[in-house]
Amino acid sequence: MALTNEIIQQKLTEKFGDQVGNFQESFGMLTFEAPKEQNLKVLQFLYDDETLQFTFLTDLCAVHYPDDKGRELAMVYTVHNLKANIRLRFKVFTDIQTPDIFTASKLFEAANWMERETYDFYGVNFVGHPNLKRIMNVDEMDYFPLRKEFPLEDQTRIDKDDEMFGRG
Amino acid sequence: MSDVQHHHIKLPEGSIEKQTTTLNLGPTHPATHGVFQNIIELDGERIVSAEQTVGYIHRAFEKIAERRPLYQITTLTDRLNYCSSPINNMGWHMTCEKLLQVKTPKRVDYLRVIIMELARITDHLICNSIVGVDSGAYTGFLYVMQYRELAYEIYEEVCGSRLTTNMGRIGGFERNFTNAAFEKLEKFLAEFPNVWKEFENLFSRNRIFMERLIGTGAISAERALNYGFTGPNLRAAGVDYDVRVHQPYSSYEDFDFVVPVGNTGDNYDRFLVRGKEVWESLSIINQAYQKVQAFKGAEAEVYHADVPEYYLPEKKDVYTKMEALIWHFKIIMGEIEMPKGEVYHSVEGANGELGFYLISDGGRAPYRLHFRRPSFIYYQAYSELTKDAMLSDAIMTMSSLNLIAGELDG
Repeated sequence: MALTNEIIQQKLTEKFGDQVGNFQESFGMLTFEAPKEQNLKVLQFLYDDETLQFTFLTDLCAVHYPDDKGRELAMVYTVHNLKANIRLRFKVFTDIQTPDIFTASKLFEAANWMERETYDFYGVNFVGHPNLKRIMNVDEMDYFPLRKEFPLEDQTRIDKDDEMFGRG
Repeated sequence: MSDVQHHHIKLPEGSIEKQTTTLNLGPTHPATHGVFQNIIELDGERIVSAEQTVGYIHRAFEKIAERRPLYQITTLTDRLNYCSSPINNMGWHMTCEKLLQVKTPKRVDYLRVIIMELARITDHLICNSIVGVDSGAYTGFLYVMQYRELAYEIYEEVCGSRLTTNMGRIGGFERNFTNAAFEKLEKFLAEFPNVWKEFENLFSRNRIFMERLIGTGAISAERALNYGFTGPNLRAAGVDYDVRVHQPYSSYEDFDFVVPVGNTGDNYDRFLVRGKEVWESLSIINQAYQKVQAFKGAEAEVYHADVPEYYLPEKKDVYTKMEALIWHFKIIMGEIEMPKGEVYHSVEGANGELGFYLISDGGRAPYRLHFRRPSFIYYQAYSELTKDAMLSDAIMTMSSLNLIAGELDG
């Protein structure tokens, strides 16, 4: 029997009960969330279960929602079952004061750099990561630039001497 | 005298006792488009460990995209893998189309397929010929380059630019393909196969070349999957995952083609898989061109979907038609708002699955846009691939992985 979003949802609810929730289907891809302490357990279950077999980590990134107090940072995992050819999106939310999330790099080597990138830009602290340091920005940087509190430069500013680049 | 000189030289602690040599491979000059740095520990010529440093040309595309309307993001995607930017452009437009629920006509799909496969060919021919260059054979590189030039002339006919193409629109193309574009395409289809045949004759069974490549930089299918490999690098390890087949976009399901796979995942298999994919791409272009020619009458003039609210109208219409002027103004000023939603769309880029994760909160610009950049994901396997290898093999491994710094850094 082909693996469908309904079966995935049923399997997850059987295993985790109330812990998993907010199931949604967006453009055909099932999305759900779990508490952040459960992230590894859920990923491991998705990986190991014989019918689910989500053994390929396609993508991992963070999203910042500054207005959602206590759930400011979302970690989004996109996993893929290559045999049944079905994708799944899994989210965990964390507050921004203690953005500790267990690393998935033990399960997926691919997560290593993706988590470093997420740490670099959003400051998510991946507990247990073998080498959690900045990857794109300089090591001395002391802020996380993709968070929403850092706006892009005002395009109408006039105080800057930028003649060489066509402004000013 | 010599005592005095020694007094001035301060060596780092432990450097006399140390049995290995540290070598900084790179960073190369930023103008070379690929600023790679590898800090390599060498025992003689053998690599003990390699640590990669990336980020030298990071341009914060994901941040910039959070303020830009959709069409201004196309130019950012150009600069990811700039050896095949049309694939990135169309991947991005298809992501928008998915969110905006725009359905494209078949002719647009086939024209896109032609351009995307041309881009794949140009990318693979660069990669394979660079593998040749790095092993000491420059001729092949120069020889195939004239056909990349011809492919770029086709892009030029279609969109006006060559490397960073910024090609297409949401819903299709900015203009219909000209006759000159089709003539050049015919020339390409007629001449390039012979050139590629010659190129392969020069390398594939060349004993010196084979001995440099076979068995170096190998990775098993299991490890490759765990490392998130996609595209030719994964297929060389024996996994037949191809987004064009698994999750067809732009009517790839209408085409008949083979997904070449290797089995050892080494440099040689990567070379062969890319070589074979070029043949498949040529076959796809031929099929697509036939399908395009089969359209008659009004259908043969269709080059975009009828979605005035998202399709940036042609300039001559903007100057002469009220309707077009209004839409042009609204799109350029960013007054067109996207529906809310989150969408992941991926295309088979020339070096793997290029994914776009777009979250829209209903505004004019994305709330969050994340690029899944295949180069970035598989470059982390480089230290495993080169462990215990000779330094010269590590160079071959780097070129056969087809690392593009633009995509690495994002």
